Amino acid sequence: MNKVMSNKLVIALYVLPALILIVTLIYGPILLTGYYGLMEWNGIGPMSFVGLDNYIELVQDSKFWESAGHSFLLAFFSTLSLAGYLIISLILGGKIKGSNLLRKIYLIPMLLSSVAIAQLWIKIYDPNNGMLNSLLMALGVDNPPAWLADPNYVLYAIFVAILWQYAGFYIIIYYAALKGIPETLIEAARIDGANPVQIAYKIKVPLIAGVIKVTIVLAIVGSLKYFDLIYVMTGGGPNGASEVIASYMYQEAFGSYNFGYGSAVAFFLLLITLVITWLTRKLTASGDEVQY
Amino acid sequence: MRDNWKKMLAAIAFTVLFILTACGGGSESSSSGESNENGSDSAGKTIEFMHLWPEGSSKQHFEIVNGIIDEYEQNNPDVKVEVEILGNEQYKEKLKVLSTSNELPDVGMAWPAGFLEPYVSGNMFAPLDDLLEGPLKDKFVAGTAEAYQIDGSTYSLPLELNITPIYYNKRIFDENGVEVPETYEELKAAIQTLADNGVTPVALGNKDRWTGSMWYMYLADRIGGPEVLNKAINRTGSFEDPALIQAAEEIQELVDMNAFINGFNGLGNDEAKGYFINEQAAMYLMATWDLPEWTTNEDNPQEFRDSVEYMKFPTVEGGAGDINSYVGGPGVGLFVAENSDVKEEAKDFVAFFVEKWGEKSVTDAGVIPATKVDTEGIELPQMYIDILNDLNEASNLTLYADVQMSPSVAEVHLDMIQALFGKAVTPEEFVQEQEAALAEEEE
Repeated sequence: MNKVMSNKLVIALYVLPALILIVTLIYGPILLTGYYGLMEWNGIGPMSFVGLDNYIELVQDSKFWESAGHSFLLAFFSTLSLAGYLIISLILGGKIKGSNLLRKIYLIPMLLSSVAIAQLWIKIYDPNNGMLNSLLMALGVDNPPAWLADPNYVLYAIFVAILWQYAGFYIIIYYAALKGIPETLIEAARIDGANPVQIAYKIKVPLIAGVIKVTIVLAIVGSLKYFDLIYVMTGGGPNGASEVIASYMYQEAFGSYNFGYGSAVAFFLLLITLVITWLTRKLTASGDEVQY
Repeated sequence: MRDNWKKMLAAIAFTVLFILTACGGGSESSSSGESNENGSDSAGKTIEFMHLWPEGSSKQHFEIVNGIIDEYEQNNPDVKVEVEILGNEQYKEKLKVLSTSNELPDVGMAWPAGFLEPYVSGNMFAPLDDLLEGPLKDKFVAGTAEAYQIDGSTYSLPLELNITPIYYNKRIFDENGVEVPETYEELKAAIQTLADNGVTPVALGNKDRWTGSMWYMYLADRIGGPEVLNKAINRTGSFEDPALIQAAEEIQELVDMNAFINGFNGLGNDEAKGYFINEQAAMYLMATWDLPEWTTNEDNPQEFRDSVEYMKFPTVEGGAGDINSYVGGPGVGLFVAENSDVKEEAKDFVAFFVEKWGEKSVTDAGVIPATKVDTEGIELPQMYIDILNDLNEASNLTLYADVQMSPSVAEVHLDMIQALFGKAVTPEEFVQEQEAALAEEEE
């Protein structure tokens, strides 16, 4: 086997299929998107080169910035909610009764497709027959809001669904990371008289700091390019109240047939995501990895 | 070393296989008529015909088409019809590709207005005015063939048609002592009564936006007459027409009266329809493609289907509109390729097809054809018969606004509709935004 792997030709050959796929399906389209972003194009007819006009328009487009604001808000909440997931995982890892079952329950949303989750939450939020409003009315609330139709609530209503959707994913990641901490360290701390909170805060969390950083990047990037639930549940409406960058891009490219402009939005989103990822890594970078 | 080669070979084979399977697309091709081999017979002529009703997903359509082709071939023994069938999306793709290489089929299917535009400006489709003047004169419901008109010539002949009546639940009307309204004032009074009694008057799924657009279009038609909206869109008029502002005001008045279901801007059309089917809403404005839901669909309770009736959108007092004017639109139509080498035969086939389709589609597939139907002696649910009879008296058909407009203007229109219903804009802003979008595009 070593002999095979030392042959450069063979290495190239083995890498080739994946390389071809990733170049034609990922990097090629990214470059093309960048190229289309410089064009005025309706998706069918001839293109005309307009230089950076699309980007200039983009910077002045209040609708775009509004949707970007929503995306950043989602990123903020997703990052914040990571703390909650971490606490849940710490508790689950604490050998409480039924933690096995609970872990599986948390994971279930991950197994559902986004469209199914969207349909589920549409039913929950239904203004007249929905579970949530029936509950609120039973509790004596007179006029519960029409969650997905009210511009003041719609964004947060969808955020709840999105956070719910990804809870299981992050809990599993944290849970697995926590499982990797050697039992001996915790044992030693306990003998030294540390209480469970101290153990969690002083030993477990620092040890999985690397994983936490990764999840922060994942949460932020995932939020910035988030699309599915929003598209199915509201389509960005009503009146753009739940529009995010990705849904705005879709609307422009496939709704209004402004493929050039939509591509510019997509490329800009890529740039934003890259910058934010870089920033996050910078900000969360601490000197040395903690080791005991 | 031999082993290495085997591995490399396997890797190559795998790569090639991957690429091949990724590129393979499927299309169903078949020829009707038993003597396909003679299709290229020097004496015979072959019409290539492409349609989008595969046997699997549209069996009834498929069979009607085959029946018509068989009959045509029997009547014209020297002409063969060669059929190619693709699903909806692939069809559109393939047509696009064929048109760039100038290899369109002799006869195929097209959609009105926006879809047609690039093909006509590229001189791909032949004008079919001679058919409309000749064998098909007065066969079509008013306004249907016109939807395929560009610069005065008609480039496709429609097969399907939908109009949009208001369906209402007779049982709910009776329980609340509401009479079927005949004028818009009566409609508002009915809505008021229902709302006061705690019944949802109208199911509306305005998340989809085109649903609200139909309410607006009707009010515009009834207040300003059938031409005012069309003129605003085709730029012979303005969207700031007083009638169009008034229609927008009426919409907001209806919203204030709680005419539409709670949370309508967050409900999709299917959810709204669900409310109507659950008998939780008294009225529902929707196209006739939903007729099977109220007549033949066994999934809906018999009791509900029996209580559904329909009415024409009432007239507004002092308005210019006429009760027999409808919002609606034709679906697919048949075109003949401009560069077809059997153009005359193709046109003849189209005329034959349209006529036969009109005779069979509604009885065999429940599809309302764009041609007028003689309801004498055909067996159909009563609602179909009534609608078909109404169609024969239709004075006008206004094509859905978002279909009439170019895609980017349509987006503005639809967004404005949602904002209007949600009271995020005033009626004045509503018309100004659309006027601006239309004017900008005109430049």
